[in-house]
Amino acid sequence: MFDFLEGYDLLGAFWVTLQLTLLSALFSLVWGTVLAGMRVGPVPLMRGFATAYVNIVRNTPLTVIIVFTALGLADVYGVTLGAGDFDSQYFRLAVFGLSAYTAAFVCEALRSGINTVPLGQAEAARAIGLSFTQVLTLIVLPQAFRSVVGPLANVLIALTKNTTVAAAIGVAEAALLMKEMIENEAQLVLIAAVFAFGFVVLTMPTGLLLGWVGKRVAVKR
Amino acid sequence: MSGVSVTKGPEGAVPATTDLVVLSNVNKHFGALHVLQDIDLTIERGEVVVVIGPSGSGKSTLCRTINRLETIDSGSITIDGRPLPDEGRALARLRADVGMVFQSFNLFAHKTVLENVMLGQLKVRRTDKKTAEEKARGLLDRVGVGSQADKYPAQLSGGQQQRVAIARALAMNPKVMLFDEPTSALDPEMINEVLEVMQQLARDGMTMVVVTHEMGFARSAANRVVFMADGRIVEEATPEEFFSNPRSERAKDFLSKILHH
Repeated sequence: MFDFLEGYDLLGAFWVTLQLTLLSALFSLVWGTVLAGMRVGPVPLMRGFATAYVNIVRNTPLTVIIVFTALGLADVYGVTLGAGDFDSQYFRLAVFGLSAYTAAFVCEALRSGINTVPLGQAEAARAIGLSFTQVLTLIVLPQAFRSVVGPLANVLIALTKNTTVAAAIGVAEAALLMKEMIENEAQLVLIAAVFAFGFVVLTMPTGLLLGWVGKRVAVKR
Repeated sequence: MSGVSVTKGPEGAVPATTDLVVLSNVNKHFGALHVLQDIDLTIERGEVVVVIGPSGSGKSTLCRTINRLETIDSGSITIDGRPLPDEGRALARLRADVGMVFQSFNLFAHKTVLENVMLGQLKVRRTDKKTAEEKARGLLDRVGVGSQADKYPAQLSGGQQQRVAIARALAMNPKVMLFDEPTSALDPEMINEVLEVMQQLARDGMTMVVVTHEMGFARSAANRVVFMADGRIVEEATPEEFFSNPRSERAKDFLSKILHH
């Protein structure tokens, strides 16, 4: 029944998907946290920049961003992100685009988390002499993160599925392989089912695990 | 004692020896509300000043301006001879020297009691971990919550939390302690345990500014009572004078409402 799978590197394709997901998750978490810090910070220029960034990037279709990284950054400006060959260059560009895009959502999830931290926490932190950065990194963000594990899981699941857009610039991840198989094989419904199942295998544990983590780390007040 | 004029030391960088906190001609507005009006207040080293007054009289705001959690519109505030700096490193350094205890405790909810008391020492004073922990445990014992050191704030009663908050402030070796209605959020049976810690601090010679509705504490621990109403300091006197013989009508009216029922 699954004969049509022969000759295709299904695991390899999903491995690329997983790599795209994990790297983009890491970079978007870091960049999103920095953006959130800027948005609640005291410097008007940074606040303005972060607000503009979030509003422009989250309202731009991901396909446009990913295609721009290839046609704009790579072909026009010659950005290689340190890669030696085309494959790894486009992989890195895809990670760059996905991270830039997802960071906007991480930032907003985190900002809503920051809003759940009572003002008195920051006041008490300032009152013992902590600097703005210390208040943010030692007191506010740790509590904010704990309250947004659920929303961040949503962002991560969306990111996992969004990696399929990287197929648009020829990154050899799951969706690109699916396209290839659909062209060559007859079992269209089965092919779709196999790939859908593959993504569920990736995302379902993420949701369940982070749901459990969220409950574990919740701050009791 | 209060009321006695203080001879200033010789001019120069050395601050006057006795004046620790000086507010002069301080004004603040919240929109149209003139919440602090021409406030002049001098707090001497070792003095316990209790600020009382009806709700909305500006006493909490006054307390919060002293470590600049509230900014002021005009006037000046100096602590130990230095004017309050603008937001930034210098202000953070100054805040480390000014302990603050809040009505709602504000213990760091994601850290244990011990970590709460150690945090400022580690991150602001850069004390090594061992010394910080010893000091924290000592202070927790002193306020009577030593056995709760490894719990999280939410597991403690209000009175215990507030005593931890006092220990957290004391861990910074503050020059002055500000108490912003420290017992107002407590169940009646927990008020005394907090007041006793404060009484002990007062006896040990800590400079304290206490905004409170606890008249008993004002009588027994204060060197001076400052009565505020409608954003002004209406009356300043020793507790004996103030409670037995208030001069202003506003204070008489206030006292009659809270003392007779």
